[in-house]
Amino acid sequence: MRIKRKNNERHSFLPDEPVDTGLLDGLLKKYAGKKGSIIPLLQGVQEIYRFIPKEAILKISEATGLSESDIFGVVTFYSQFRLNPVGKHIIKVCHGTACHVQNANGITTALVNELGVEDGKTTSDRLFTLESVACLGCCSLAPVMMIGEETYGKLTGEKAVKIIREIRNREK
Amino acid sequence: MNKIKVMVGLGSCGIAAGAAKVYNRLLEISESNKDLFDLGKTSCIGMCFREPLVEITDGSGKYLYGDVDAKKADEIFESHIMNNKPVTEYLVHSDTIKGSEQDFLDNQIKIVLRNCGMMDPESIEEYEKRDGYKSIRKILDESVTEDDVIKTVLDSGLRGRGGGGFLTGMKWKFAKGYKSTEKYVICNADEGDPGAFMDRSVLEGDPHSVIEGMIIAAFAIGATGGVIYCRAEYPLAVKRLNLALQQARAKGYLGNNILGRQGFNFDLYVKEGAGAFVCGEETALIASVEGKRGMPNKRPPFPAEAGLWGKPTNINNVETYANIPWIILHGSAEFAKHGTEKSKGTKVFALAGKIRNSGLVEVPMGVTLNDIIFKLGGGIKDGKKFKAVQMGGPSGGCIPAELGGTIIDYDSVNATGAIMGSGGMVVMDETTCMIDVAKFFLNFTQKESCGKCTFCRIGTKRMLEILERISDGRGEEDDIDKLQELAAQIKDASLCGLGQTAPNPVLTTLKYFRHEYEAHIRDKKCPAKACKALITYEINNKCIGCGACARVCPTKAITGEKKQIHVIDQDKCIKCGACFDTCKFSSIDKN
Ligand SMILES: Cc1cc2nc3c(=O)[nH]c(=O)nc-3n(C[C@H](O)[C@H](O)[C@H](O)COP(=O)(O)O)c2cc1C
Ligand code: FES
Repeated sequence: MRIKRKNNERHSFLPDEPVDTGLLDGLLKKYAGKKGSIIPLLQGVQEIYRFIPKEAILKISEATGLSESDIFGVVTFYSQFRLNPVGKHIIKVCHGTACHVQNANGITTALVNELGVEDGKTTSDRLFTLESVACLGCCSLAPVMMIGEETYGKLTGEKAVKIIREIRNREK
Repeated sequence: MNKIKVMVGLGSCGIAAGAAKVYNRLLEISESNKDLFDLGKTSCIGMCFREPLVEITDGSGKYLYGDVDAKKADEIFESHIMNNKPVTEYLVHSDTIKGSEQDFLDNQIKIVLRNCGMMDPESIEEYEKRDGYKSIRKILDESVTEDDVIKTVLDSGLRGRGGGGFLTGMKWKFAKGYKSTEKYVICNADEGDPGAFMDRSVLEGDPHSVIEGMIIAAFAIGATGGVIYCRAEYPLAVKRLNLALQQARAKGYLGNNILGRQGFNFDLYVKEGAGAFVCGEETALIASVEGKRGMPNKRPPFPAEAGLWGKPTNINNVETYANIPWIILHGSAEFAKHGTEKSKGTKVFALAGKIRNSGLVEVPMGVTLNDIIFKLGGGIKDGKKFKAVQMGGPSGGCIPAELGGTIIDYDSVNATGAIMGSGGMVVMDETTCMIDVAKFFLNFTQKESCGKCTFCRIGTKRMLEILERISDGRGEEDDIDKLQELAAQIKDASLCGLGQTAPNPVLTTLKYFRHEYEAHIRDKKCPAKACKALITYEINNKCIGCGACARVCPTKAITGEKKQIHVIDQDKCIKCGACFDTCKFSSIDKN
């Protein structure tokens, strides 16, 4: 069921960083009084912080009059929203049908081993978050993964690991 | 002589294959060779398997080059543009010389994809040059009535391309019939079927034709506002749609008093989805647009009566709308000329999986599956054997190779137990395990179930558990019966299409591949050698000790001296298959 897939526990290595909710003012103004705009609002929040901080939910609730639980319900329903901070690079490994029959599992296994984190988690240097998605729409290049805006096709486990290592070297 | 035109395919698939680098290289060349040629961008022409693609139009015709990289771009420039000698080696299709993929394009009929890959999708002028916005002009200039438009769509026999196959004209007629000061049209661009990408391609390659289709629908039913609900995973499509909307507004195709017609006011906006498959279902989609959790609602009332904000609403799929301007311009008879008695026109299919030519094809209804897979798709990759094709995604099923003669129309495909769906075709070969496929889809629907109906929420979970134990070699004798019983109950007791169709992948594989289930359960064997728990990897004496396998093994399970036969420690082996894929000497056996 949809609510279960949300990874709700806090990363243990994360200190509770303060969240600057002042960044939300522009967004709240933009959608003020517009009906049914909670999803675009949350998408905006995620663009700012790259996840949905608790403080943002409280502030939106105050500003819009929607109950906190309603907002939380929307957040947990849609897989796009994250309740945890993410790494600098989000790796989305496609597990759609075409990628699955062409061994997408092998890609995820290779990356889990390389990064040392499970699917859905962030590396302790906060450089990478590993995620699975269903179909990136590039099925003809299966298996596929996306890092940031860039899509990589015709992968093997080896190639995927190489791409990660290149990014890591660039970040040094 | 006309100036030479060079176009680079910059759809998502092209970009992923490296088309941006090719474009940049050509840009450099064009800047240092002023006025030699015009460089342009286009989108996916469907030949994803040969991306990056570059098309050159010179005085003698069009030439399409495939698998281009920066180096080949240099070569093509030198030979073709400078010396007027096309490089036949890289040619995939052309008007004059036979290219390597000539048949792929020549065997298609393009209505929906008429503009994809033929023009710059970011230019409204290019769309207008290719008959764009002529249909809505024709309607307004020739005082065609709403009922005439609906009649044309009805007579064309166009059925919804989003999966259900409901007659589009009929839907419009219903929506027109309800009186209200506010009405909406929605374009369903959620494209949730994992393995289908035709809607993405149309939105990226020809956004204006979808918008024009929606304007025509708005005119016909009297809508005042519209929404395009697009998957968040398609950023390029969203970007191009927004750009296209701006351009259409600036030219008066959207807004108040459209093209001067007093009182014809209509505008629309793009709403990005947030990642939930069930939001492709129309009532869930409406809930999502309204800012709620995307849970389906009971029908009736159908959206035509009470949809978005409780007002009459018409929902169609991307491909459905893209057909509309063509039908209005060419007439219903011209459209109905293609296809079978009950399924008219063409259908776009996204070929993917173990097929040689994976990409997009548009064919008239009535051709056979084999025609698509072998004539257009070029057959199976790597010389393997065709086993089955999955149609309809999580709601559909696997059609076995023996039924390759099945013709493409809604009723014939339904008769196999699969559904036409949105047109995703994932081809499978002998190495694909059907239990694994069924498990894959059940896992998908189980995760995506919104949780409203008990049978869909829990029933799919129970089915998944059974499939998991079968593929782990712990299957029990009565598991097949249990699967069938659960399937029947889930189909009966679910509210929306997600639950009602979720058992289909299991039912079709049971129907056509029962022996595979039995082999897993009774003999604890996976005939396709895909289920990890039932296979082992071993190194045979062909091993030359190169060490390649040991290097890729993620668990360091492989050891051995250089130039000596290596061994796999079965306790450490996680059966990922990396060694098997890497070995160049066939010295790893999978059993
Ligand atoms: C679970 C589920 C998912 C669906 N996903 C889509 C989708 O991604 N795209 C789509 O056009 N229709 C989808 N549909 C079908 C829509 O409910 C609706 O029938 C369709 O958008 C109507 O448009 P059409 O008549 O042009 O096909 C889905 C239906 C169900 C039950
Ligand atoms: S299945 Fe992976 S991109 Fe579509």
